[in-house]
Amino acid sequence: MEKIPILRMGEFLLVTIQVDMHDRLAMTLQEDLTTRINETGARGVLIDISSLEIVDSFIGRMLGNIAAMSRVLDAQTVVVGMQPAVAITLVELGMSLPGVRTALNVDAGMELLKQALNGHHSSNRHAFMNGHKAAKNVSRR
Amino acid sequence: MIKGVSNPKTNGLVEVLVKDESPILEEWIKQMSSSTRRADLINAADLRAQCAKFLKLLRQGAESGSSDLESGAWQPVREQLTEVSKTRARQGFSPTETATFVLSVKKPLFAQLRDHLGADASALASELWLTTELIDALGLYTTEMFLKTREEVIRRQQEEMLELSTPVVKLWDGILALPVIGTLDSARTQVVMESLLENIVKTNSKVAIIDITGVPTVDTVVAQHLLKTVTAARLMGADCIISGVRPQIAQTIVHLGINLLDVTTKATLADAFALALHRSGLSMEHSLQSA
Repeated sequence: MEKIPILRMGEFLLVTIQVDMHDRLAMTLQEDLTTRINETGARGVLIDISSLEIVDSFIGRMLGNIAAMSRVLDAQTVVVGMQPAVAITLVELGMSLPGVRTALNVDAGMELLKQALNGHHSSNRHAFMNGHKAAKNVSRR
Repeated sequence: MIKGVSNPKTNGLVEVLVKDESPILEEWIKQMSSSTRRADLINAADLRAQCAKFLKLLRQGAESGSSDLESGAWQPVREQLTEVSKTRARQGFSPTETATFVLSVKKPLFAQLRDHLGADASALASELWLTTELIDALGLYTTEMFLKTREEVIRRQQEEMLELSTPVVKLWDGILALPVIGTLDSARTQVVMESLLENIVKTNSKVAIIDITGVPTVDTVVAQHLLKTVTAARLMGADCIISGVRPQIAQTIVHLGINLLDVTTKATLADAFALALHRSGLSMEHSLQSA
């Protein structure tokens, strides 16, 4: 059976979706990912959807669900690399994914995750405001 | 649409066209030069060629005996009239002048018909009626084509304006600005949204400023379109700032009960740019001190 690989990078998990998502695959991913977060005690999940070209309301909802589930398991989720067409489709479907953090690419996503963990208890909606400084602080530590 | 001529037999017309093509042509051109010929827009040789070609094609059409202008026999006539209408629409002829090109052939045609059938009053009457119907149908077709060409021109200009009016400009590394001029409707929002999102990916920008100084009014529809754009940009990982909110627009937004709480808004593009720099971890202090 098809599976989407989940890679471990330090205290983060990296998921790269490189095939067209169908519903069964999405459900499997959801299950695998929550299991992996539990096993590894990961603090952050980065989902790269830059190759995802087709999206429907189910996949949109799944992204939101994964973020919510990760939060319950004490891991932050960042979705990176969403294509313009996908973003427009989701907006037209009325799904703004309110609880999901987003970033332009994996780099920016990693930075955002590190920073989110750094100031875990503060509000991080606009966390990249001090992006550069915070990133430097993290690397020094 | 074009209606066919009721009687398929237009023998008189065919005869006249075969026998007296050149007198008809001469008479026609003479008449046109006295009334509607625009010497400033078309030269005599071109006009003569157009007329001669039309008469020839008209004869071929009439010879087929078919009265249905949609049928294959009339295809060449329709094609020529389309061509003539298109050129004339672009050259700046008025609709009347273009339609008269076809309609003015009636007089010389009728004169020849009268010469041929003068003795037989009833045959002349029916022949005149058939010819009138045919020429009128062709005249209407010409006008229709003329309008179609004009509409095409208008549509093309609209499209051009759409593209012209939505440039995405880069203000700094990672900061984009989108000055919106004119009213935002659905079609335009689509274009604006797409070009903004594509540029966000291309330039790897984290902040996008949508400047609505040039938007005359903001109603619920426009606000909804703006929010959609902002949400789509957020989904891709970029932050949007809306700038250029005029006092009247701020009042309207509040009166309409539109919720812009999740969106950062600034009064001027300069304020938005300063905020964008701040968010990107940049500062303008140095340049301000040295200035």
